[in-house]
Order: sequence, then C-alpha cells, then structure tokens
Amino acid sequence: MANTTDTDPMSGDRFETDPMSGDRFEIAAMGVPGAREIGELEPDAAATVAHPGLTPDGRPAEGGVSGSAVRLGDRIFKALAAGSGGLLLVIMAAIAIFLIWKAIPAFTQDTGNIFTTQSWTPQATPPYFGMAAVFFGTIISSIIAMVIGVPVAVGVALFISHYATRRASTVLGGLIDLLAAVPSLVFGMWGLYFLIPQTQGFQMWLSTYFGWIPLFKNQTATTPEQFGKDLLIAGMILAIMIIPIVSAVTREVFLQVPRETMDAAWALGATKWEMIRTAVLPFGRAGIISASMLGLGRALGETIAVALVLNSGYVINWHLTEPGGDTFASTIALKFGEAGSSPVAIAALIAAGLFLFVITLVVNTAARIVIARKKEFTA
Amino acid sequence: MSETGRFGTPTVDPADPLTERRRAVPVSALVGARLPSWAPYAAGAAAVGVALILKAALGWEGWGTSFWTAALLFVIGFTAWSFSVEGRRRAKDRLASTLIYASFVAAVVPLVLILFYIGVKGFSVFSVTFFTNSMNGVTSRQEGGGLYHALIGTLELVAIASVIALPIGIFTAIYLVEYGRGKFARAVTFFVDVMTGVPSIVAGLFVYTFLLLGFGLRPFGFAGAIALAILMIPVSVRASEEMLKLVPRDLREASYALGVPKWRTIIKVVLPTALSGLITSSLLAIARITGETAPLILLVGYTARINYDPFQGDMATLPMMVWDQLGKRAGTTSSDLTEARAWGAALTLVLLVLILNIGARLLARLFQPKAR
Repeated sequence: MANTTDTDPMSGDRFETDPMSGDRFEIAAMGVPGAREIGELEPDAAATVAHPGLTPDGRPAEGGVSGSAVRLGDRIFKALAAGSGGLLLVIMAAIAIFLIWKAIPAFTQDTGNIFTTQSWTPQATPPYFGMAAVFFGTIISSIIAMVIGVPVAVGVALFISHYATRRASTVLGGLIDLLAAVPSLVFGMWGLYFLIPQTQGFQMWLSTYFGWIPLFKNQTATTPEQFGKDLLIAGMILAIMIIPIVSAVTREVFLQVPRETMDAAWALGATKWEMIRTAVLPFGRAGIISASMLGLGRALGETIAVALVLNSGYVINWHLTEPGGDTFASTIALKFGEAGSSPVAIAALIAAGLFLFVITLVVNTAARIVIARKKEFTA
Repeated sequence: MSETGRFGTPTVDPADPLTERRRAVPVSALVGARLPSWAPYAAGAAAVGVALILKAALGWEGWGTSFWTAALLFVIGFTAWSFSVEGRRRAKDRLASTLIYASFVAAVVPLVLILFYIGVKGFSVFSVTFFTNSMNGVTSRQEGGGLYHALIGTLELVAIASVIALPIGIFTAIYLVEYGRGKFARAVTFFVDVMTGVPSIVAGLFVYTFLLLGFGLRPFGFAGAIALAILMIPVSVRASEEMLKLVPRDLREASYALGVPKWRTIIKVVLPTALSGLITSSLLAIARITGETAPLILLVGYTARINYDPFQGDMATLPMMVWDQLGKRAGTTSSDLTEARAWGAALTLVLLVLILNIGARLLARLFQPKAR
C-alpha cells in the first residue's frame, strides 16, 4: 500500500529509480565547483533561448513555452482545487460558529450550572439542566471501549501482520476491513438483542464476586434480569465497534516495519515476542496512537448504538453495572423528539453537540501533536 | 513457532568438513530444551478435560463458565509448562502468542456473530412484498408492509450526497497531492483529519442549526444529504489522496517534458491512471455514509409513505425505518412483527454496504495501477 507517512511525493520515490539524479541536482544547487548550474543550458540549446518562442530553424513554436492560454487553464484549475480545500475550512469554521451561536440560549437561560448540574429538564419552566452526567457517561463508556478494544485490536493487527500465513492474512485483513464498514445501528441492535441477554449472568457474577470494587457493584439487582442496559455494556459494544477500524489502521503500520529491523532482532536470537517488542511495536507506536485516537473519536461520537442500549439517566453513577447513564450523542438523538417546540431545549441539545465537538476536536488535535512528535523521534 | 524448526534440524552434508564438528555438538546444547510440537494441543485438551470434570463435579450451568475456565487453565498451565521446560524467555513468547491468537478469536467471533445473527433474523422476513411495498397504512400489529419507501429514500440521499461530496473530495485531494505546499495546504490537511473525527450527530446538528433553524424549514431529504456529504468529504479526500499518490512521478514528468501544462497533465495523465483507485475510494466513502443514522433523526425524519421528492417533506431511509420499527416494539403482541421488519431493513442495509465494499475491492483488484 501507499506510504501514508510520506507527505511529499517529490522526494521519496525518485531515489529508487535513479539514485544519482537527485544527488546531482543537489550538488548543483549547493554551487559545488564544476557542477553545472541549474538552468544553465547545453551549448546547442542556447540558440533557442536567444530567440524565445522560435524553433532552432526559425519557425514560430507551435505549442508555446508559456502561452497565456496555458497559464489561464492552470490558474483556473488550481483555483478549483484550492477552492475545494478552502471550502473544507469554511465548513469547519461554520460548524463551530453556528453551534456556538445557536447554543447561546442554553447558557443564558439555564437555571442550573451547565457544567455541574446532573439533570436534564430543559423544557421545564424554569429550564434546569447540565452536562455533568452526560459528560461522565461519554468519557466512561469511551474509556471502557478503549481499555477493552485497543489491546485486542493491536493483538488482531499483530496476528494478521506477523502470525497468520500470507494467504490467511490477506483474507482476514479483507474480512476486518469489511467489518469496519458495518453500520453502527447494526452493532446497537446486536447489543440490544444478543449481547445484553447473554452477558446478564456475567454481570451478575461480576457484581457478586467483585462487588468490593465499587465500579462493578450493583446495589439493587438480585436477579440477572435486572442487569443490562448500563454503561459497561455500552462500553463493550463500543469496543467491538472500534476493533475493526483500529486494527485495520494498526495493521497497515505493522506491515511497513522495515525488514532489516526485524531481521536484526532475529539475528540476535530474539524470540518472536522479543522481536515484536523490540522491532515492531516501537516502529508502530505512532500508528497505534493515531489508530486509537481514531477509535476514541468514533467511540465518543457514537450515537445510535449507545442510544439503543442505554436507559437514559442523568445522574453520575460510578456503579457501572447499574442500568442508566447517557452520552452526549445519544442524548441529542433521544431527546430531540421531545425537545420539539421548546427553543431552550433545542439550544440545550445544540450545546451538548458543541461540547462533544470540542471534546473530539481536542482529542484529534492531541493525537496529531503526539504523532508529529513521535515522527520526529523515529525519523 | 514455525521458526523453531529452522534451528532444530541442521542439514547434514557428508562432504562438508564441518559436518563432523556439527555432529559433535548436540542440537540441544545450541538451542536449549524445547516443548514438543504437540504440546499446545496436549495442554489445550488437558485444560478442556479439567474444565469438563469441574463442570460435572461442581454442577455448573451453561457452557460459559466452563469455557472461560478452560481458557484460563490453558493460558496458565501452558505458560507454566513452557517456563519449567524452556525457561523464562520462551515462556513469555508462548504467552504472547497465546494472547495474540486469543485476541484475534475474541475480536472476530463477535463480529462474525453479528453478521450471522442479523442474517438469520433478517432473512426470514424477506419476500417480494417486503421489497415492493411501503409501510403506509400498516400498523405495528399488522403483518405485511415493506421497505420500498426507505430503500428509495436511502438511495436518493446517498446519490445526492455523493454528487456533492465526491467532486469536492477529489478536487481537494488533487490540491493536496499536486499543488499543496506551504501553510494553506498544511491547514487543509489538518482540518481534513479533524473533520474525519467530527461525530455524525454534530454534523447533523450543524445542518440543523444552519438550514432548518436558520431558514425555519421543516425536515426534508436534501438537508440530510448535506449532512451526509459533510461526513463523506474527509473520507473521500483521504482515500483519493492515497490513490493519487500511487501515480508514479515519472508519468507526470514525462508529460511535463512534452510541454503539457500542469492542469492538462492532471486531467489527461494523473486522473486516468488513478481512475480505478478513485472509483474504489468513492465507493468506500459511499459505503461509509450509507448506514449513518444519527443526522437523519434530526434532519430527515421518517414517514411511512413513499416520498420521491428530497426537497419536500419527511423522507424514509433504511436506518430510520429500523429506528422507527424498534421504537414501536413496546407492545408485547406487536413486538415480533416490528422487530422482524427492523431486522429485515437492517439486513438490507448491511447487504447494501457489503455489496458496495466488495464491489470496490473487486474493482481495485481488477484494475490495479500498472506501476506501483
């Protein structure tokens, strides 16, 4: 596949075809004595330059070296291309501006504290709501997803890139890519109808024997049927959802580990795991981080899958096996219907969207910075 | 583990003067003691056996506990065995291999289960009626009805979104690959990445504030298509960029050398070379948004009727039909019917996405760029 890290197509591949051509150019550029200067022409070409636009035998050139029509076409095309890029920036700016603008009523008319209140009644008079519980739900479910999903995804990527046979790895890689495209709605439905009933017993067991850790304690439930729609399940579904995408990206990076580095590890007598730990994982660290951030972005913003499995509850509850909890995205989807005609309720949802937007922005930017740093070290 | 054989069985060549010396040094002195190749299977069988005995002895119900006990016993027992025979480093290696194999199984099993589950659940409702009828006038307690209205809506919205997003995406990719230097290009690259991370519901909210609140409109199909386009652009840019980068630099230089201006080089040389890749990337981008539900809740709404007009009135889409049918399952008597329809619609959606994906990959394989 393409080398994704190579941002400059000019420099990379030239070396492979003619190792000297780039060097010669650079030598000339540095003004090394004896090297021909850039732009200095072969003697027999000088005549052409003396009469620009004319062929050596004196006829006017047909194509034109720098005809204005050519320039115009280039300019239009470049403007189109750059304009599309600019449109992207405009859209991003517009998203931020419109969300902030339309969320203002939520900030001004909320009688609670929008950051710390654990309630969601924006259509009541007076409107009383806050993001604390939703923020908690979003972060916790995403953390669970990362804790379960990322190690498994890295394991899958390692399996496909270094453990499976070549043929199997092609097939399995394709399968994982396909699974990455399955709509999140389907994950949610599967979670609702299959995963919740199947894991109620497990959650009961967790609450009974590991209840001394408050996270796993369900204080009220006495039968398995009372377990289910909780943040733990939401996190598990998010984990399953992000595994294909995270492992697909990680695998690509693992496949690019230089052969020499791995052979060096083998030659020193490393076991397979030692080879992976010393050669593959350090090389892939930036890739793992960026893939995880991609997964985290998905998990934070996932709407439907979470909305299907969570019972709305706007209280911060550290007992993750107790039903309840909600995330920014699922709140927007679930409360949109009842927000209806109340402008404050709509504004509250837009404010939730704004919070989510800011969080994903921060996560993405942090990921970019980390990757840029790592690249500096490994390069 | 296949590497063990490489060192374990040195080739013996009688003509080689070194052979005599090689024989003098026993193999085990070079590589240390090893578990036999059947060791993992033996350990696995033993773990399953112990788990079954425990199940019988302690009266465990169901297979879950036994399965996890067997798995845990295998991991611990096999590692310990390896540790005692082969030493610390080999044991670590075995443990890592076991965990990596296990993580693969742990990831693929639920994912394949999902497809299998939805296939079984959804296929039972498939019929000619299901694909040719809308839900108009069909209550949640009635049989019949279908997804025709939703299928039409999804196809229309995806088509509109593609028409908007693909040219923008491909042109941006052209800019980044062919022209992009300096600050502006870096800003575009950065914001493509950021835009990839914008949650679909936020894109939906943006279009909602901008179009619906801004102009005081009721939900309509085109608004949803715009949100889908916003989600599609960064995917399309990223994928197209990769494809354009695959076009060999030599081709461009050959074209420049013939005096062809840059824009004609791009149109006549770069784009045709990358065409199959661009189609593939476009299909993948389309597949990515086909199953999007969240923005449609805000922007398109749902109707049981057939609505061909994306500029007027609520429109049904496959994800929204699933959402709607799941929402109506509350009553116990009607839940079977609505659930079945929801699974049917979801299976259709998955098939649509998978067909787009498989098509894209087949196309990529058929028309691979000639030079890599």
